[in-house]
Amino acid sequence: MSDKILYSYTGIFDTPDEIIHAAEKTSEHGFKKYDVHTPYPLHGMNQAMKLPPSKLGYVALVVGLSGALAALLTMFWMSAVDYPIIIGGKPFFSFPAYVPVMFEVTVLSASIATVLTMLFVFFKLPNNAHPLHDTVYMKKVSSDKYGISIQAEDEKFDEEEVKKFLAGLGAKEITAVYYDNEEINHKHKILEPKFIGFLLLTAVLTSGVSYFVLNKLLFMPPFDWMMHQEKLNPQTTSTVFADGFGMRKPVDGTIARGHIPYLFHGQPDAAEANLTNPLPISKYSIELGQKKYDTFCSPCHGYYGEGDSRLQGQFPNPPSLHSEKVRNWKDGRLFHVITDGQNIMPSYSSQITTEERWAIVHYIRVLERALNAKESDLK
Amino acid sequence: MSVVDYTQELSVVEGKPALRSLDDLISKPLETKPDKKFFIALSITLSMLGFFVVGLGLTFWYGIGMWGNNNPVGWAFDIVNFVFWVGIGHAGTLISAILFLFRQKWRTGIARFAEGMTIFAVMTALLFPLIHVGRPWLDGWLMPYPNQHGLWVNFTSPLLWDVFAVSTYFIVSLIFWYVGLIPDFATLRERTSTKFKKTTYSLFSLGWRFSNRHWQHYEMVYLILAGFATPLVLSVHTIVSFDFAVSILPGWHTTIFPPYFVAGAVFSGFAMVQNVLIFVRKIFNYEHIITLDTLEKMNKIMLVTGSMVGYAYAMEFFIAWYSGVQPEQFTFLNRAFGPYAWAYWIMVTCNVISPQLFWFKKIRRSIPVMFVVAVFVNVGMWFERFVIVVTSLSRDYLPSSWAYYTPTLVDGMILLGSFGFFFTWILLFTKALPVVSIAEVKAVVDDAQPSHKGH
Repeated sequence: MSDKILYSYTGIFDTPDEIIHAAEKTSEHGFKKYDVHTPYPLHGMNQAMKLPPSKLGYVALVVGLSGALAALLTMFWMSAVDYPIIIGGKPFFSFPAYVPVMFEVTVLSASIATVLTMLFVFFKLPNNAHPLHDTVYMKKVSSDKYGISIQAEDEKFDEEEVKKFLAGLGAKEITAVYYDNEEINHKHKILEPKFIGFLLLTAVLTSGVSYFVLNKLLFMPPFDWMMHQEKLNPQTTSTVFADGFGMRKPVDGTIARGHIPYLFHGQPDAAEANLTNPLPISKYSIELGQKKYDTFCSPCHGYYGEGDSRLQGQFPNPPSLHSEKVRNWKDGRLFHVITDGQNIMPSYSSQITTEERWAIVHYIRVLERALNAKESDLK
Repeated sequence: MSVVDYTQELSVVEGKPALRSLDDLISKPLETKPDKKFFIALSITLSMLGFFVVGLGLTFWYGIGMWGNNNPVGWAFDIVNFVFWVGIGHAGTLISAILFLFRQKWRTGIARFAEGMTIFAVMTALLFPLIHVGRPWLDGWLMPYPNQHGLWVNFTSPLLWDVFAVSTYFIVSLIFWYVGLIPDFATLRERTSTKFKKTTYSLFSLGWRFSNRHWQHYEMVYLILAGFATPLVLSVHTIVSFDFAVSILPGWHTTIFPPYFVAGAVFSGFAMVQNVLIFVRKIFNYEHIITLDTLEKMNKIMLVTGSMVGYAYAMEFFIAWYSGVQPEQFTFLNRAFGPYAWAYWIMVTCNVISPQLFWFKKIRRSIPVMFVVAVFVNVGMWFERFVIVVTSLSRDYLPSSWAYYTPTLVDGMILLGSFGFFFTWILLFTKALPVVSIAEVKAVVDDAQPSHKGH
C-alpha cells in the first residue's frame, strides 16, 4: 500500500443534517480542497461549503446575445445583401419577420453553450479515471449516503489529524482513497493498432457511404429527381402517331400569339405610300432604336450608317445610309426594307419587333441628320 | 371527509421509502429480462410501425398523389398529424420546465417520462413536414446553407420559422433530458456488475461523481435550461399556429391562434402523458412515486386547458360574427353545420364537454374514468386540427372549387403508423432508461432535505 499516492480521506454520514453540519465545520476549519458527495443536491449545502454563486448564467447571457445578433446579421446578409428577393412586396430587411428565428437561435445557442461549458470546462468531464471512481465510498454516495472527502493536496492536510477531525464530526467508515497507479502510469499511445484500425474503418465507411449516396443512390428511382419520365421529347420517335414523329405540326391556319400579318410583302412603293411611323419621337424611342440598330444593323451598316461593315469582306458591304436616295425615302420605305429585306439583305421581322423597327427608323433619321444637318440646326 | 392540514406541505412521494429502495425499484426494469407482456406490446407497436413503413414506401415510390390531398384541400392528414404530435410533446416541457420554475415538487415523479414523450412525439411530428415535401431526400434544402444556386431560404415565411422552432425544440429537449439523466447514469453505473453495462453507463455518465461542487452548477444549468425552455415551448406552438394565422384563409386568419394552440397542445399532451403513466405506474409498481395526487393534479390542468380551448372555440364564433366579414361568418357556420359537422361535434364533445367531468373530485381520482376522458381528449384534439385544416380549405373563397376531402388508405396507414412509431420508442425507453428521475425523486422524499435546525 505504501507505494500508492494518497488522494483523500473520506467519511460517510447517514442523514442530510449531519452532512450539512460536517460541511460547515470543514469549511470553518479552513480546508479548501474538499468536496461533499450527495446522491441529490441538498438545500443549503452551497452556503455550508461557502461556495461562490455559479457563473454559468454569464455564459448563457453572452452566448445567447451573440446568437441573437449572429442570426440577425446572417438573415440581413442573406436576404438583403447576397440574394435580395422581393416577397409579397415587403422590404428586403423586414425585422419583425426575423424575430422568431432570432429567438430560436438565441435559445439554441445559449442552451448548447451553457451545457457544454458546464460539462467540459467547469467539470472537466468526461473523467472516468478519477480516483473516487470504483470505490465503496462512491457506491454509497451514489445511492443513499452522504460523504465528505478531504484531499491530500490541501495545505492543512495531515493524515492523522484529518482522521481525527472526521471522527470528531461523527463520520462512519473513514477510509483513505488512493490514486490508481495503473491509471496514473497509463500512457495513451496515438499509434495503437486499435485506434489506427478505428480510423481506417471510419474513413472507409464514410467515403464508401458518401460515394454510394452521392453517385449511385441519387440516380436510382425514386431519387432520380424525375429525370426519367415517360414523355415525348422533340425530335424523338413516337409509336403513338402514324407518321412516327414525336413532334407535331400545328393545325392549319394556326397563328402565333401576337402575330400581325404584314400587308406589303414585295411592294416597297405601297409600303412607302401607306405606312407612317406610329412611334412618337422621344428619348425612349431614340435610345431603343440605337440599342437595336447597334445590335442588328451596325455589323453591316456600321455604327454611323456609313456602310463601313465590321465583317471584313465576309459579306458584301451595303451602300451608305447617308445617300440622297435613302435620305429622301419616307419612313415607311425604311420600315419596309427592315421588315422585308432588300437585295441580299434578309428580312429582320422575326428578330426585331414592329415597335423596335419603327424605333430603328427614328434612329436612322438621327444619324442622317447628324451628318447632313439642316441650315436651321447650325444656327 | 378528512381534514387537510394546510400548515404542512403534502409529501409528493408516499410512505417515505428508503432511498436505496428507490434505486432498486426504478432500475428494476433495466436489470430484469423483459417479460411476455412486453413482447406482446412490442409486437403490436411494431406491426403498426410496419404499416408506417409500407405507407411511406408507397408515398415515396409513387409520390404524394397516394394521399387524399387535392385542390382545394392541399393540406390534410400530413399537417394535422404534425400539429397533433408536436402538441403531444408540449406537456413534457411544461412539466419539466414551467412546473420546475413554479417549484411544483409533484412534477419530479413524472418529469422524466414526460420529457421522454416530448422527444418521441417531436420525432414523430418532425417526420410529417419531412415526408410531405414529396422528395424527402432533398430536405436539406430547408436549411440555409451555401449552395451552387446561390439561393437562401425565405426568412419571412412561417414555414421556415417552423423549421427553426421545431428543430430547436427537439435539440433543447434532448439536451434537457440528457442533463437530467447524467446523475442517474452514474447511479446505475455504481449498481451494475456486468462489464458491458458498466462501460455504457460510464460512457454516458461522463464520470459524474455526485460532487456538490458540481451539483451547484448543475442546479444553475437546470434553472437556465428551464428558463429557456419555458418561452421556447410557448414559441413552438405559437409558430406552428402562424403557419395558419399568417395566411388569409377564413378560419385560419385569426389572432387568437397562438394562445389557443398552446392551450390545446398542453391539453392533449397532458392527456397522453396521463394515459401512458397510468400503465407505467401499475406495471412497474410506481404507485407511491407517481401518486394518485399527481394524476389528480394533471387532471386539473386538463380541466383548465380544456376550458381555455372551449373558450377559444366560442370566441372564434363571436369574432366571426362581430367582425361582420361574410366569408368568416360562413366558414364558422359551415364548420358547425356544413359537411364536416360530424368532425366538429366530435371535437366539441371530446374537448369541451368531457373534461368538464373533472370538476368532480371523485372522477378526478378514479383511474378508469380519467383514462377514458383522456382518451377522448386525445381523439378530440386530433379532430380539432382536422376541423381547422380541412373545413377551412374545403370551402374557400371560390365556391366553384369547393370539394369534400376524403383520406385514402395510405393516409390511414401513416396515421396509424405514427402511433406505432411513437409507442415503439416509448416501449424501448421503458426498458433502456430509468423512466423516473432517481436523483430528483430522492430529493423530494420526506426528510431527504436537511431540516436546518438551529438556523
